[in-house]
Amino acid sequence: MAKITVDGQTYDVKAGDNLLKTCLSLRLDLPYFCWHPALGSVGACRQCAVVQYKDESDAQGRLVMACMTPVTEGLRVSLEAPQAREFRAGVIEFLMTNHPHDCPVCEEGGECHLQDMTVMTGHTFRRYRGLKRTHRNQYLGPFINHEMNRCIACYRCVRVYRDYAGGKDLDVFASRNNVYFGRFEDGVLENEFSGNLVEVCPTGVFTDRTFSQHYVRKWDLQHAPSICVHCGVGCNTSPGERYGTLRRIVNRYNGEVNGYFLCDRGRFGYGFVNSERRIRQPMLRGEPVSGETALAHFQGLLGGHTIGIGSPRASLEVNFALRELVGAEHFYAGFAQGEASLAAAILDVLRHWPVHNPSLREVEQADAVLILGEDVANTAPRVALALRQAVRNRAFERADRLKIPRWQDAAVREAAQGEKSPLFVVAPNATRLDDIAEAICRGTPEDIARLGLAIANRIDASAPAVADLSQEDEHLAELIGDTLTAAAHPLIVSGTGCGSLSVVRAAANIALALSNRREGRAVDLCYVVPECNTLGLAMMDERSVKDAFAAAKTRDLNTVIVLENDLYRRADAGAVDSFFNGTRHVVVIDHIRHGTAAKAQLLLPGSTFAETEGTLVSLEGRAQRFYSVMPGSGEIRDSWRWLADAAAKRWSNIDALTAACAAALPEFGPIRNAAPPAGFRVEGEKVPREPHRYSGRTAMFANREIHEPKPPDDPDSALAFSMEGASVDVPPALLPFVWAPGWNSHQQAVNKFQDEVGGALRGGDPGVRLFESPETAEPRWFDEVPYRLRDEARWRAIPLYHVFGSEELSALSPPLAERVPAAYAALHPEDAERLGVGETLAVRLNERVVRLPLRLESSLPRGAVGISAGLAGLFRSDLPAWIAIEKEGERP
Amino acid sequence: MDRPLTQNIKPDLSPVTLDDYRRAGGYEGLAKALKEMAPADVIGAVKDSGLRGRGGAGFPTGVKWSLVPQGESAEQKYVVVNADEMEPGTFKDRLLMEADPHQLIEGVVIAAYAVQADTAYIFLRGEYHLSASRLEQALGEARSAAYLGKNILGSDFDLEIHLHTSAGRYICGEETALLNSLEGKRAIPRAKPPFPQISGLWGRPTVVNNVETFCNVPHIIRNGVDWYRGLGRGEDAGTKLFGASGRVKKPGLWELPMGTPIRVLIEECAGGMQEGYTLRGFLPGGASTDFLLPEHLDLPMDFDAMMKAGSRLGTGTMIVLDDQTCPVRMVLNLERFFAQESCGWCTPCRDGLPWVVELLEGLLAGRGRPEDLDQLEQLARLMGPGNTFCALAPGAAEPLQSALKYFRADFERYLKPASTARVA
Ligand SMILES: Cc1cc2nc3c(=O)[nH]c(=O)nc-3n(C[C@H](O)[C@H](O)[C@H](O)COP(=O)(O)O)c2cc1C
Ligand code: SF4
Ligand code: SF4
Ligand code: SF4
Ligand code: FES
Repeated sequence: MAKITVDGQTYDVKAGDNLLKTCLSLRLDLPYFCWHPALGSVGACRQCAVVQYKDESDAQGRLVMACMTPVTEGLRVSLEAPQAREFRAGVIEFLMTNHPHDCPVCEEGGECHLQDMTVMTGHTFRRYRGLKRTHRNQYLGPFINHEMNRCIACYRCVRVYRDYAGGKDLDVFASRNNVYFGRFEDGVLENEFSGNLVEVCPTGVFTDRTFSQHYVRKWDLQHAPSICVHCGVGCNTSPGERYGTLRRIVNRYNGEVNGYFLCDRGRFGYGFVNSERRIRQPMLRGEPVSGETALAHFQGLLGGHTIGIGSPRASLEVNFALRELVGAEHFYAGFAQGEASLAAAILDVLRHWPVHNPSLREVEQADAVLILGEDVANTAPRVALALRQAVRNRAFERADRLKIPRWQDAAVREAAQGEKSPLFVVAPNATRLDDIAEAICRGTPEDIARLGLAIANRIDASAPAVADLSQEDEHLAELIGDTLTAAAHPLIVSGTGCGSLSVVRAAANIALALSNRREGRAVDLCYVVPECNTLGLAMMDERSVKDAFAAAKTRDLNTVIVLENDLYRRADAGAVDSFFNGTRHVVVIDHIRHGTAAKAQLLLPGSTFAETEGTLVSLEGRAQRFYSVMPGSGEIRDSWRWLADAAAKRWSNIDALTAACAAALPEFGPIRNAAPPAGFRVEGEKVPREPHRYSGRTAMFANREIHEPKPPDDPDSALAFSMEGASVDVPPALLPFVWAPGWNSHQQAVNKFQDEVGGALRGGDPGVRLFESPETAEPRWFDEVPYRLRDEARWRAIPLYHVFGSEELSALSPPLAERVPAAYAALHPEDAERLGVGETLAVRLNERVVRLPLRLESSLPRGAVGISAGLAGLFRSDLPAWIAIEKEGERP
Repeated sequence: MDRPLTQNIKPDLSPVTLDDYRRAGGYEGLAKALKEMAPADVIGAVKDSGLRGRGGAGFPTGVKWSLVPQGESAEQKYVVVNADEMEPGTFKDRLLMEADPHQLIEGVVIAAYAVQADTAYIFLRGEYHLSASRLEQALGEARSAAYLGKNILGSDFDLEIHLHTSAGRYICGEETALLNSLEGKRAIPRAKPPFPQISGLWGRPTVVNNVETFCNVPHIIRNGVDWYRGLGRGEDAGTKLFGASGRVKKPGLWELPMGTPIRVLIEECAGGMQEGYTLRGFLPGGASTDFLLPEHLDLPMDFDAMMKAGSRLGTGTMIVLDDQTCPVRMVLNLERFFAQESCGWCTPCRDGLPWVVELLEGLLAGRGRPEDLDQLEQLARLMGPGNTFCALAPGAAEPLQSALKYFRADFERYLKPASTARVA
């Protein structure tokens, strides 16, 4: 701690931080640009100047940059000194010499940090009489607009894109007042975190191109606290709606999860909500019917043998409502068979082994990382971004030794050069974390599991040994095992990506081995799971669609209710077809049309994340509540309400359903506390989803009805579809947007909502963790060592993932669809040569022969065929698998 | 009078050969350092000698060296020669490199020995082709004569010196931008602290000194601290190259004792003003120092004395302003250079200097407004020391602010209707 004096006031603050962060944490208004809590200080913009005094008798003081000034005992500064105020206004005036004066037509307007800082410094009058310099803008792909004339050269964009996210194709060019931030030539920004430019850039240079398609001002958007549904990470988001369409997604800060950043899949994948493929009307045998008719029909189908198939992309509540409707023994989780066993294996480890499932903030603390069999950048992108920060820990240690404060970003990077904490990537193919890896190993899932088990054995000799390991693998096992053993915070990252139980289990063995070496202390183990509620659903039920199919065969099946799930993604088409053919009635509740919906006799329009509330369990085991940003239009209902209305059991609102779920399955007990209940009020008021400046409220529907409509009720949350209500002291889990007086840009305004800038949200970061490391873990080693696969006749098909394309819903978003590659098969070039295959490859997959464009991928192991997972009808369902390559000429 | 730095330089400025250099006592300082002195003794001697950096800021060289971590556990270290010399009006290092390259090499080897660095770089201004070829030649000779390479002069000290020619930006002379440039990065300065002695080239301890600074070192070691201190006429020790350009009779470069009065340089060495011109003022240490006036002619050319007079000794190369050159135009010319050379990293410099240029151009074109002069003053103040990320902008502000102070009437003249404005 240190006692400091700011404008005559004394404060007790943390020593060692930079003064800017400290001032902001004290809720003082000090303008800044180049500094960012996640990026640190570089001292470029000179906006954060304050006057520092040597001691009490020093009346003169000298100007210093707060972001570059360490907080030390006795520090005396003034933010208000005329010298400091004049300088800060001067900096804005400098920036404005080249900045266009056309906020009204700029998409940043209304949430622009530059506007905020300009107002804050009091610069209002233009003295500069010269010409403004102008730049050419670039085409940067479907996600990001570029308007370089708005640039104030704060260098944040290149720092977040290159230094933080590891991107290569955005840079700063030229010099003096002609510095240019862009690509070397027009083209799609490659990095999957490019969307963060929109938020990190304090001006309107980088804006959301998908938002431009249906642009409205921030203040005209209705928001809600939400959770990304496009992978298992559970990033917190704040979607914005106007006139019933979802307009955009922005980051919602959660200090333990996504912090300030989202991936592009999560940010730009929302288009499915507005899609033509939405199911908006109940359909009975292909004909639209009213909700009442549909419901009555639905109730009529519930007699006889009825089963329900749930979904890992649906909330706990909807799944539970279905389970209640059909009874637990007739409820099937709706996983693919492979997924089900993987999820079960992961749950077993999380429940019973001495492991700690780390938050992303904790992931960033790791000082040695092993990624075992997961292409994290494609399957859980935000985790990959966190891992990129974890490898910096060695740099921070070096900085500590040199007495360079950790926040002095450029200096820390310079001092450390390329030095990184060890991160090992063991994966079937090249990944976008290879560039930061100390060592890389590639192999089939079996090779990966064998190496993993060997690492465990190296760490703790009582772990099962692996016979006939190659010498190379033996060395690697030693290197990785010894590095993990020596680390203070080792982290194992694995997951379902390989589709291999052995891989999942090998990762657990490594964690157990490390735990044994650490007196039983829990070891950080992060399992990547594919969907937003994979873990939550597995906790409820572990059965796959295959189990459902089998049940249908044993008894005459009257009705199957498929909930928010396209079974064609979960099992082979033939099996799904015969299942539907053998079922008298197929009811599908979902929000989007797909193969399964096409089979429905009764199709009920359910709600997307944007129109309903619910709880999702992230890969961290964090139960998080998401809220509707708009009411479902027309006949769209909360999916759970279709089920509740059909059931004898009725829940008055979502809280009742959540509570019922928590009561029925004790493991879910804590989910009730994931967010305040619907009855929660702040001083008697609900929390408005619309900002205080929401315009047109009284007239926005005047073309239909001149009277202002009554805002829709929301019985399911403490939020209101309104601009009226509580605006302060809103608990973090209920914050629809962040906005503070004078701070309109949410990436900056969030400062005012945190305990300490960059720390936890005031009131605690939202969500409740469902797994804490067991007190007395008694795991037994997994000891099934897979064989070394060498089979000349058959090929090992393994899934290859794409951040854009492998996930179902985001791929339906038009801008994102532009980035989805065509489905393909991949071979090692030498295998391709040996086979004499050229442009295409015909593979026999699940009884089907598919001919796919061939990609040569030299990072693939020999003997493996990579199959693009999830792209154009090629589902990952049960990869890896043994497959045959059809001879050329044998047309399918 | 001793002129150690230029004693070997031939009238025709052809390079001093290795033999000539040795005959005049060259590399004796190195031999003495390697054989008789521990690294710390060398640093001690340089500290005691009172040598202050000749690159412009006058930082005590020995103190700089002593901040480099020493000892067994010490890692890779570097010595870097700042030979960028792009300051307008400054042309002193060029003479030293072209005419007596071995003197520089010897200085670098001794410095590297003192801080225990085994690699050194000479970062040379791109346009200095002759310096480059003569340095390459001399480095080759030094290598063959065991003054460079492994086991220098039979000791266990190794050093390699690499010559790097700049792509040509003034900011590359700023020592930390120089390091970035040498690493192949954008030439942008770095924050200090950490100083290069702690985290310099490739993040490792590095000493950066000016060419002339290094050239002093062999003499200090060979002839001793007392001899060196005795060279100065005033507060500061040693001699220095001083130059004069502008409308003097004999523009040029001379080695004079530190503390020599300015009058000696301008009136004796440079022969005074050309016929028909009178002295109005001068920038004492290159383009980025404040104007001084004829009334300052008797000041000693010492770092502190110049500071007290409101300017800086800088590189010691004067740019002389005569009565028929318009100071406003002279300042505009300089500010154009600085605006062009701004690296673009920090706001006051990147956006302030073009504004200064814009205002001065407007003034000259008759578009000036009375408040513009106050604004120029404000701009100069906002670009002052500490306000910007590096010293480029404060340097650029110095001729501007002092011109506004001393030659305000010249600025005001342009505010009158165009017909009566003097156009020089
Ligand atoms: C814009 C700028 C340009 C500079 N150019 C040079 C240069 O060309 N040569 C030089 O020796 N020092 C130059 N310097 C000073 C260096 O940063 C540094 O102070 C010097 O190299 C240190 O050497 P010394 O201690 O031997 O003087 C420059 C400084 C600035 C701010
Ligand atoms: S583009 Fe935006 S983030 Fe990048 S330097 Fe310009 S203003 Fe800053
Ligand atoms: S897709 Fe995953 S990583 Fe990306 S924003 Fe959504 S939850 Fe986060
Ligand atoms: S003052 Fe700022 S912009 Fe100018 S050269 Fe230095 S760092 Fe670059
Ligand atoms: S925020 Fe401090 S200099 Fe930019």
